[in-house]
Amino acid sequence: MNTRGLRSQLKDSVPVAGLCPQGSYGIQDSLRSGFTSVKNELLPSHPLELSEKNFVLNQDKMNFSTLRNIQGLHAPLKLQMEYRAARQIQRLPFLQSSNLALDTLRGSDDTIGFEDILSDPAQSETMGEPHMMVEYKLGLL
Amino acid sequence: KWSVIMPTLIRSVGTNIPRVSKFRGISDGVILGADTRATDDMVVADKNCRKIHHIAPRIYCCGAGVAADAEIATQMMASNVELHTLNTGRPPLVAMVTRQLKQMLFRYQGHMGSSVIVGGVDVTGAHLYSVYPHGSYDKLPFLTMGSGAAAAVSVFEDRFKANMELDEAKRLVRDAITAGIFCDLGSGSNVDLCVITAAGAEYLRGYDRPAGKGKREGQYRYKPGTTPVLTKTQTPLSLDVVYETVQMMDTE
Repeated sequence: MNTRGLRSQLKDSVPVAGLCPQGSYGIQDSLRSGFTSVKNELLPSHPLELSEKNFVLNQDKMNFSTLRNIQGLHAPLKLQMEYRAARQIQRLPFLQSSNLALDTLRGSDDTIGFEDILSDPAQSETMGEPHMMVEYKLGLL
Repeated sequence: KWSVIMPTLIRSVGTNIPRVSKFRGISDGVILGADTRATDDMVVADKNCRKIHHIAPRIYCCGAGVAADAEIATQMMASNVELHTLNTGRPPLVAMVTRQLKQMLFRYQGHMGSSVIVGGVDVTGAHLYSVYPHGSYDKLPFLTMGSGAAAAVSVFEDRFKANMELDEAKRLVRDAITAGIFCDLGSGSNVDLCVITAAGAEYLRGYDRPAGKGKREGQYRYKPGTTPVLTKTQTPLSLDVVYETVQMMDTE
């Protein structure tokens, strides 16, 4: 893998996992987030990693800016409010949500992409322990 | 117009040969042609693979390049076209397939190594597009892609003319693909054709088999004793013991 080309994607300020760990007591939560590797946080492992990670975000940004230019500021504001509401519709912590409302708003409910074919959560081999996940979500754990 | 394309697929990244030619005939249509060899570097992985994929009843797609990428790209196009048809209630346009394909390929910046020729008949007529792995596309009367593209396009450049008849067009496509089969290592086996008109599509699998296995003309075995022995010399090799070690076996 050629990391020289990927260095151009290095950001000036990148959240490094080791400095601000998400676990309790301020240490790296290895059980949940795995081992840390500074290189993985700073450099992408594939030329398309960053662009794919932010693809939906960038597409939304582009659509909102076009909408603002055409219809004015009210249109993206109202749409973003609906997005925020639709994003809150979730199932229980260990069940994957279908995000139907969000898909409908985005217009991606009538297209099929790789995210629909590959890595289907309904067919994953591992499953989180339901009780533990609910307790973690509620902060009881 | 008749369009012909002939793609060659490979399991890994390598050469491929699709060819396309378009002809204008009595009834507007498109002819897609392809060979049937899939290679893995210099080894033939599949002697009779299908390179012409169905997208819509009157839109077919020839995929060249990495076989898996072309296969998944055409399958996703077929699914999206079906959803789009159900959504709009109208038969799909060839331009729509091309646009979705090129947007997807551009998104992956050429890492998805499939070059595709899309041909079909829709309400606006017969069209032929070629889409390259990085997302560029061309719309031309005849198109070829893949490793055998040069061999095939030479046949088209020589004999293509507008408003050809169906039989003449099929012969030209067959000849172009046969040129690729014989002049390029990445193409081989049979010729597949797909004739698409406003009436429907006709997939002619194994339309021509120019590269069949030859027949052995005679017997090539020699009777024992055919070669007479003139002289025989024996030279014993003298070997000296240089080094001797004893290693105990662990039998306990």
